[in-house]
Amino acid sequence: MYVAVKGGERAIENAHRLLAHERRGARDTPELTTEQISEQLALAVDRVMTEGSLYDRELAALAIKQARGDLIEAIFLLRAFRATLPRFGATLPLDTGAMQVRRRISATFKDLPGGQVLGPTFDYTHRLLEGAAGDPEPPATGDPAPVAMPRVTDLLQAEGLIEPAPADDPQAPVGDLTREPLAFPAERDVRLQNLARGDEGFLLALGYSTQRGYGRNHPFAGEIRLGEVEVEVFAEEAGFALPLGRLTVTECQMITQFKGSASAPPCFTRGYGLSFGHSERKAMSMALVDRALRARELDDEVKAPAQDEEFVLSHSDNVQATGFVEHLKLPHYVDFQAELGLVRRMRATAEVETAREGDTAAQEAAE
Amino acid sequence: MNAPAYNFAYLDEQTKRMIRRAILKAIAIPGYQVPFASREMPMPYGWGTGGVQVTAAILGPHDVLKVIDQGSDDTTNAVSIRKFFAKTAGVRTTTSTEEATVIQTRHRIPERPLKAGQVIVFQVPIPEPLRFLEPRETETRRLHALADYGLMQVKLYEDIARHGHIATTFAYPVRVDDRYVMDPSPTPKFDNPKMDNCPALQLFGAGREKRIYAIPPHTRVVSLDFEDHPFEPYRHDGTCALCGATDGYLDEVITDDRGGRMFVCSDTDYCETRRSAGSVVKAGATSEGGCA
Repeated sequence: MYVAVKGGERAIENAHRLLAHERRGARDTPELTTEQISEQLALAVDRVMTEGSLYDRELAALAIKQARGDLIEAIFLLRAFRATLPRFGATLPLDTGAMQVRRRISATFKDLPGGQVLGPTFDYTHRLLEGAAGDPEPPATGDPAPVAMPRVTDLLQAEGLIEPAPADDPQAPVGDLTREPLAFPAERDVRLQNLARGDEGFLLALGYSTQRGYGRNHPFAGEIRLGEVEVEVFAEEAGFALPLGRLTVTECQMITQFKGSASAPPCFTRGYGLSFGHSERKAMSMALVDRALRARELDDEVKAPAQDEEFVLSHSDNVQATGFVEHLKLPHYVDFQAELGLVRRMRATAEVETAREGDTAAQEAAE
Repeated sequence: MNAPAYNFAYLDEQTKRMIRRAILKAIAIPGYQVPFASREMPMPYGWGTGGVQVTAAILGPHDVLKVIDQGSDDTTNAVSIRKFFAKTAGVRTTTSTEEATVIQTRHRIPERPLKAGQVIVFQVPIPEPLRFLEPRETETRRLHALADYGLMQVKLYEDIARHGHIATTFAYPVRVDDRYVMDPSPTPKFDNPKMDNCPALQLFGAGREKRIYAIPPHTRVVSLDFEDHPFEPYRHDGTCALCGATDGYLDEVITDDRGGRMFVCSDTDYCETRRSAGSVVKAGATSEGGCA
C-alpha cells in the first residue's frame, strides 16, 4: 500500500538500534566509561545535576553517556528518573557560611576575612588550544589549617548596609514546584527553585540583558564561593539534626544598589544563586535574574523581560522548552489538512472576487 | 547502582492520587482547568505527557487501551505510548475503538461514536483557549473567573469581518456546560460536535502547562459562534480512497509530483472496520493509482 500508515513500530525499533550503534561510535575506539565522564568532564556532570535537580554524579555521568553528550537530553533523562523517586522530607537549610571552601572570591573587597582563594578556575587562563601534554603537575599545596570565611553579605549585614537575609524559619513549608504547579505571583523560594533548574543559557542571556540596560540594577559580585557543605535533616524521633552527607555547591551573592523608599533607607539588596558542583556561570546568572525578579517587591519599575516573572519562570525550563519545540516533528497532518482546506477556500473566494472586480472594471471601461 | 523498579503504569501511587484528585475536581467543574503537579515523564514535554499522566492515573489492570495520533493507531508516537503502557502496566492494548475502555488521543476523536463507560484522554499542548489573545496566566485566570470571554468573541468577529467566516479550523473553542470556554486540544473542528452530550468521559491532560480539565458524560458542549454565523462543521469534498467513506475526516495523501493526490480516512480503525465489512473501493477509482 502506498499510504505510509503501517510500519511505525518496526521503524521505531530500527531507529533505536541505529541510535545505539551511532552512540557507540567507531568500534575500534575504546568505549567511554562513566568514571571518565565523571572525572574528566566534571563540569558537564555538574550542569546536568544542577538542571536535572538530582545530586548523583554517577547517574548524571551515565545520562551524559546515554545522551551522546547532549546535555539537555541528559538533564531530561535525570529528571525523568528523579520524578519516580519518593520524597522523604526537606533538609535543613545548607550553611554555606560553614563551607569547606575550595574557591572564594569577592569583587567588592580587595581583602577580607579568610582572603581571596582562586581555586580551580578558567579565569586568567589564556584560551589557547593545547595538545596532549601528559599528566599535569600535582597542584601546589598551601596552609591546610582551615580559616573562618564569613560570607561577605554577613559582613555587610553586621553594619546594616544590606537588607537582612530572610529569617530562617524551620516551620515554614518549603515550596516545591515539582510537587505543586507553579502559580503566579510566585514566592521567592519557588522562583529560586525554578531558576536553579532553569537553563544555563537562558539565564545567562537574561542576566546579560540586565547588564545591558534591560532592567539595569548595578550588580556587584559580592561573593562567589565553591566548596563542600554538610546536608542535614532534622530527625523528629531523635530530636536533633542528622548529617546525610556532603554536597559540592557553588554559591553566588550579588549585591545591588537600592535607592531606598519611603519606608526603608538606602541600602544594598541581594540576588542569590546556588548550583550543584562547580557551576559558576549558572550561579552568577541566577543571582542576577533573582534580583531582577524582585523588582515588584523592591519597587523597581518592571519593564524588562528579566523582571517579568511570568515570562522568565514559564520559559526557563529547558526540558519543557525542548520538548515543546521538538514536538513540531510529530505529525500534524490532521490540523494541516484543516488549514489546507481553509486556505484553498479563501483562495477560491479571493479568485472569484478578483474575477468579479475585473469584470466590473472592463464593463466600466466599455461604458 | 540499583536497577530502578517502576510501579504499575509507571507513576507512584501518591502521584496517581494527586492526579486523580485533580481529575475529580475537573469533572466537578466541567471545562475548568485544574492545576496539577505534573511530573517529568520518560517522554518529552509536548509529546503527550499530560495525556500519559492522566491515562497512568486512571488505568486499571483490566482496562483495554487504545492510543491514536492523527486518528491512526500506527503513527510513531501512538506506537510509542501504547508500548509504554503495555510495558509498564501490562494492560491489554487494542486498535479497536469499540473494544477499548481507555482511548488516549492526539488531534482526533474516533469516528465511531463513543459509548458509556469509555474514557477518552486528550493530549493537550496549550490548554488555555485565551492564550494567544492574552499571554499572561494571571490575566486569563481572571477572565475565566469572571466568565469574561469578550476577547474571544471579538477575535471570532474579526475573522468574520476579514474573511467572511470564522477562520479557525482546529482547536476551535467551545463553551462547556454554559460556563467555561475550553480548548478542545488541536482536534479539527470537524470533531467538535462529537464532544457534545457524549456518553463517554472526556479527560484532557496538559503536562508541560500542568493543567487537567474534563467534560463529564452527557454535558453540553457548544462551539462558539454567532446567531448569523452559526458554527459550520468542516466538510470534505472527497471520499476515502480505501473504504469509500464520505462521512469521516480525510487525510490528503500526495501520490506523485504531478499533482496526483488521494484522500484516506484519518481514523484507521474506522477505515479498516469498514473495509473488513466489505466496503472496498475498486482500484482506479482514485485520482491516481498506487494504492490497493
